[in-house]
Amino acid sequence: MIPEIGHYAIALALMLSAVQGIVPLIGAHRKDTVLMGVAGPAARGQFLFVTMAFVALTITFINSDFSVALVAQHSHTLKPMLYKVSGVWGNHEGSMLLWILIRALFGLLVAEFGRNLPAELRARVLGIQGLIGLGFLAFLLFTSNPFLRLDPAPIQGEGLNPLLQDPGLAFHPPFLYLGYVGFSMAFSFAIAALIEGRVDPAWARWVRPWTLAAWIALTIGIALGSWWAYYELGWGGWWFWDPVENASFLPWLVGTALLHSSLVVERRNTLKSWTLLLAIIAFGMSLLGTFLVRSGVLTSVHTFATDPERGVFILALLVIVIGGGLARSAVRAPVLKTGGLFAPISREGALVLNNLLLATATAVVLLGTLYPLMLDAVDGGKVSVGAPFFNATFVPLMTPLLIACPVGAMMAWKRGDLTGVFGRLKLAALMAALIAAGSLWLDGETDVIAAIALGVAAWLIVGATVDLAERCSLFRISLAQSIRRAINLQRSAWGSAIAHASLGIMVAGITASSAWQTEHIQVMKPGDTVDLASYKVTFKGAGEVRGPNYTALRGTFELTGGDEKITDLLPEKRSYPAERSTTTEAAIYTTPMADVYIVLGDSDGKGGWATRIYHNPLVPWIWAGAIFMSVGGLVSLTDRRLRVGAPKRATAKSPSVA
Amino acid sequence: MTRKRRRLMVVMIGGLLLATAAALVLTAFEDNIVFFHSPTDIATNRELSIDRRLRVGGLVKPESWQKAADGLTHNFAITDLNNEIRVAYRGIMPDLFREGQGVVVEGRMHSDGHFRADEVLAKHDENYMPPEVAEALRESGKWKGSTEK
Repeated sequence: MIPEIGHYAIALALMLSAVQGIVPLIGAHRKDTVLMGVAGPAARGQFLFVTMAFVALTITFINSDFSVALVAQHSHTLKPMLYKVSGVWGNHEGSMLLWILIRALFGLLVAEFGRNLPAELRARVLGIQGLIGLGFLAFLLFTSNPFLRLDPAPIQGEGLNPLLQDPGLAFHPPFLYLGYVGFSMAFSFAIAALIEGRVDPAWARWVRPWTLAAWIALTIGIALGSWWAYYELGWGGWWFWDPVENASFLPWLVGTALLHSSLVVERRNTLKSWTLLLAIIAFGMSLLGTFLVRSGVLTSVHTFATDPERGVFILALLVIVIGGGLARSAVRAPVLKTGGLFAPISREGALVLNNLLLATATAVVLLGTLYPLMLDAVDGGKVSVGAPFFNATFVPLMTPLLIACPVGAMMAWKRGDLTGVFGRLKLAALMAALIAAGSLWLDGETDVIAAIALGVAAWLIVGATVDLAERCSLFRISLAQSIRRAINLQRSAWGSAIAHASLGIMVAGITASSAWQTEHIQVMKPGDTVDLASYKVTFKGAGEVRGPNYTALRGTFELTGGDEKITDLLPEKRSYPAERSTTTEAAIYTTPMADVYIVLGDSDGKGGWATRIYHNPLVPWIWAGAIFMSVGGLVSLTDRRLRVGAPKRATAKSPSVA
Repeated sequence: MTRKRRRLMVVMIGGLLLATAAALVLTAFEDNIVFFHSPTDIATNRELSIDRRLRVGGLVKPESWQKAADGLTHNFAITDLNNEIRVAYRGIMPDLFREGQGVVVEGRMHSDGHFRADEVLAKHDENYMPPEVAEALRESGKWKGSTEK
């Protein structure tokens, strides 16, 4: 009964989304308040029904109701509760339902908290959200129905891919989807603005919180995915430029550009068509990511079961959204009034540079990701484009961006003073030079590129700190006054400084872990010791252990530093009988400065075990950077000027808040 | 500066960036793209140079997998059921590497006709066949399984 309720709720939500996608748009066109008023209740109803469907599916998974095909294929009675629940979105159908649920939630938020939006804009935004919902609900209902029954019902389920039975991965998809769907809000606002032919600073402020929220969620989602790959796949690496990783990275890059360009719209009322274009492309990239993952056109560890029909459906959605959006903007963009002109040496000039570099980098990553598909389509042979390509292209494009970042952030709007900014950044430049020189000296003067990259990291971190200190006039006025200034400083200034410094932390982590990773592969007998940086790793032996739904071979390694024992590390090779599958569980000892990472391999049959041991310097800085970066985003989100619906148009009756 | 000249400047910087990116991409493609070959391609030797990285895929030939005395070097053969190629890999095999199943390896040909792999990609699903492998088998005319990707 419960699955049928869920199924019916999806059908109802589909009908409502059709209403929401058509009636308010007509209403806005005719300026008919009654028709426009349909949008709110429709969005609320849609959220209600989609939630019902999602809850129904969750209950089905928790109860292990194997008469539902999806549950039978992806669950098992012995699975721990966390993974029964995360199993709901650990498969194609369920993850699409989650996508739709988040979209419905965002629609509800606009309907509830968007009361300060002009009625027509709100109706149009909700209408376009309705159309997007219509596309996805139809996709779910007609190609990927999660509630299909199975007759006869099997006695036991097939289980969830053991690689996905992991806390990091349980929360990876929801965050990614929050990001993807968040960009659908920016998209809806952009299309609504194109219909109205009007973009102004108030518009930019309405869009900004959505973009920012999407960007934060995507940052966390990508970091979780990368963290999972690091400790679960057992290769000691954390980013492989795998097509599916790129698919989530592309919307992040465009979203980052959008965050920066919408600032220019907000403060200087210019760069409007470009910002609209970015909003359209950011959502387009999110759909492209969904398409690449769902259609199975690319081979990757992440792809779920593949079905050409689904791929075609998402491709059609993608073409409609991007094609329609771009066509709309080509027709309407010239109508938009261009704002004032601006000087190249100014904050807005720096933001344009940021956008040019990010857009180019996006194009390069997109090309590298799709190149194997394009070549295959013209029968040019099968190729793979891997990390060396991206390192050779992406890194040189990002370097100027990172170097320009602190300079741009300190530049004044309208007319910047380059000499003044460099004067204030003297300390950062000095620190960067010291760190680079120190790294060269420690490294034995071999890795110049890594030394430069560490210098850039220091430049970013110190540059952001100097920026904050300058804004509070630290050491020039009394400390109490500085603190008062710091408290009164715009939250968005804090946010951007935190995010830029975190970028520096991340760059340091990426650099050190790529340049100075050490890897030892060997056969170890009990008692054997490997020297690793300042540690010693001693193999104690391996034996069998039992988990809730797996059995494992567990190795015991003693980690000693100096002459003291630090801890035992216990890597495992797990074998899951229900899924007939094995996984590698690396054992990781984390300190702020480095990770010790141990993988247990096969027995050589003579009492020895193949082992792989890594020393990964500064790897934790990568995740720390990602966390601080999203904290920066959150701080910026609390900026008073960005509260949802707070901004008003200058022409509104009430006095302007700006 | 007039509006026109400023716009021209932005366009020029953008153009310069795109040109740089194009140059970067082209040189990177030149050096870093890895082509996929089937064992038959390699047997019929389409001028495969030994100093270029390639990928080879097919089925792991049953009963061909041996571990060398050092306990770390794995030797096995990849076959497309017409031709086969010997592969050597030093390291820990992925969990899902099995004889008789699809595999893709990346590395370089060695002058002795062996393939030295530094990466072994076995998919995380035992029923899964990498599309490249399925295609290679189909081309060799020996494919029997269902061919839906």
